Amino acid sequence: MGIELLITAIKITIVVNVVLISVAYSVYAERRVSAFIQNRLGPNRVGPKGLLQPFADVLKLALKEDIVPSNANKPIHTLAPMMSIFVALTTIAVVPFGNTIELFGSVIALQITDVNVGILYLLALTSLGVYGITLSGWSSNSKYSLFGGIRSSAQMISYELSMGLSVVGVVLITGSLSLQDIVIHQFGWKWNIVLQPVGFIIFLVASFAETNRAPFDLPEAEPELVGGYHTEYSSMKFALFFLAEYANMIVASAVITTLYLGGWQFPYLQTFGLPPIVTSLLQILVFCLKVAFMIFFFIWVRWSLPRFRYDQLMNLGWKVMLPLSIANIVVTAIVVSLLK
Amino acid sequence: MLETYIPILMMMAGAVAFGAVSVIASKVIGPRNPNPEKLSTYESGVEPFGTAHTRYSVKYYMAAMLFIIFDIEIVFLYPWAVTFIKFEGSMQTYALIEMLVFIFLLLIGYFYMLRKGSLKWN
Amino acid sequence: MQWTFENIVIITFAAIALGSAVMMITRRSPVVSVLFMILNFFSVSAIYLMLRSQFVAIIQILVYAGAIMVLFLFVIMLLNLQDDKKLTENISYKKLSAVIMALLLFSSLAITAYYGFLGKHKTLNPAAETQGTIESVGRELYTTYSFPFELVSLILLAGIVGAIVLAQKKFE
Repeated sequence: MGIELLITAIKITIVVNVVLISVAYSVYAERRVSAFIQNRLGPNRVGPKGLLQPFADVLKLALKEDIVPSNANKPIHTLAPMMSIFVALTTIAVVPFGNTIELFGSVIALQITDVNVGILYLLALTSLGVYGITLSGWSSNSKYSLFGGIRSSAQMISYELSMGLSVVGVVLITGSLSLQDIVIHQFGWKWNIVLQPVGFIIFLVASFAETNRAPFDLPEAEPELVGGYHTEYSSMKFALFFLAEYANMIVASAVITTLYLGGWQFPYLQTFGLPPIVTSLLQILVFCLKVAFMIFFFIWVRWSLPRFRYDQLMNLGWKVMLPLSIANIVVTAIVVSLLK
Repeated sequence: MLETYIPILMMMAGAVAFGAVSVIASKVIGPRNPNPEKLSTYESGVEPFGTAHTRYSVKYYMAAMLFIIFDIEIVFLYPWAVTFIKFEGSMQTYALIEMLVFIFLLLIGYFYMLRKGSLKWN
Repeated sequence: MQWTFENIVIITFAAIALGSAVMMITRRSPVVSVLFMILNFFSVSAIYLMLRSQFVAIIQILVYAGAIMVLFLFVIMLLNLQDDKKLTENISYKKLSAVIMALLLFSSLAITAYYGFLGKHKTLNPAAETQGTIESVGRELYTTYSFPFELVSLILLAGIVGAIVLAQKKFE
């Protein structure tokens, strides 16, 4: 029991640190890629090629004054960013980043934990993401913040439906909610993106909306709402929102990879006859590369597509995505029962 | 089975600690010299008027209400999706028809919602 | 009752659940009440988990904390109950008698539960380990309980229609 707890603690420490460092470098990548797309240079002064820029940013934010507006609700104003980061960090717990690895004579599962209700755990925690944003908007007692917060939560709950419904297709094929089972099921060419193309597109679009990324970044549409829900935030509290936003993007990329892009599977890697330790390490590498590609995709889309109007966004969620995901379930169920 | 949830509890404790430490750290490290102008609500440079806590459109409330109902539908779909592949022969057809009836009844509600224009945003 | 590790965990979460419930009904600000209610749902979910009901535990968070409390928060924020004083109530003899009645009812329930039920189940039924999983819930729900399951969709339909009719009448 003791040794298992220690292994878990080590796994959590590694995963959380990898996520935080990925956040730092996703911000850097976002700025460099956007600069490339817009024919600019982007940050290139701090460290070689600007690689130390994210750390300079964090240090700067930590040294800033923490301003709480005088008519804000102080305890909730402080609690809101903590709720956001809580959701962003805990969702990664059920995502497998590899199969198993043999180290020092014991077999270690490359996943923090494999719970029976994996996908529902993901959905439940994602649905809690609404609170940080809504409460930050409300507690600031600023018109921009409140409007950003309410818009954002209405958007998130609308797309949560299509998100939850699109994964039902994957569960129908696999017959399990454990994310490790879902990845193991996607051996060879049988990635879920091939078996569930419609579900994949719905899940992808819903992830963009859930993470408040462009073209669904209405909560912080700067021409109309200044900064949106975090208008009245500064210092580390602002940094926590920023961190949560990018951590959400990274977790979303990891979940898309796991559910639809085969997770750590590389087609027919097990048949190459490599030593088990090499196979395990290659699988981790494959997983990281897929996630990195998805993050790049998120950035690429943000700097290529214009923002939706709010009515277009809600109509897309309720009138296109919702019926489409229900149709996807019905078709998948019929095909599954016919093939058997 | 409970042991699979211990890591989640550890993770949650860690996440709370991380948030708390960051917030407290900024209080400790950061400077502190407030003035009334700095602490006033941001309103694009204009003097702030009124409070932000006014009434908002009923549409948001409608969206939340309908969200609950469809969310419960999702909750019923998951156990079905997990067991569907394990049902044998006629049992599977039975489960399929059962779910089609369930979805059909909810679609009636969905189309009623569309007809009434409950989610018309403008 | 034995002081096993599991029992201590259950009692801890039960205490948190009770404490947060009391805090919820005594706070002046409705938004703070909502926060305590979410804490309450989390601790109740943990108790379900200790009883091996994994599916119910996660649904408790998904539906109650993730959906219903969002609606509560929306209503509180959108109705804008600015004056906290409007929400405070005075204690009258009617309310006092209601409290006494509630206490009587609660104590009789507690006594019945203690002698009729608690004494007989000192340890967890080993079947609980498998019955709480989503697979066994699904197997039972769509075979043995298929009729109640279909009734649920009717209730949800009534919910959709009711929500729309009420909102349309009130606000247009």
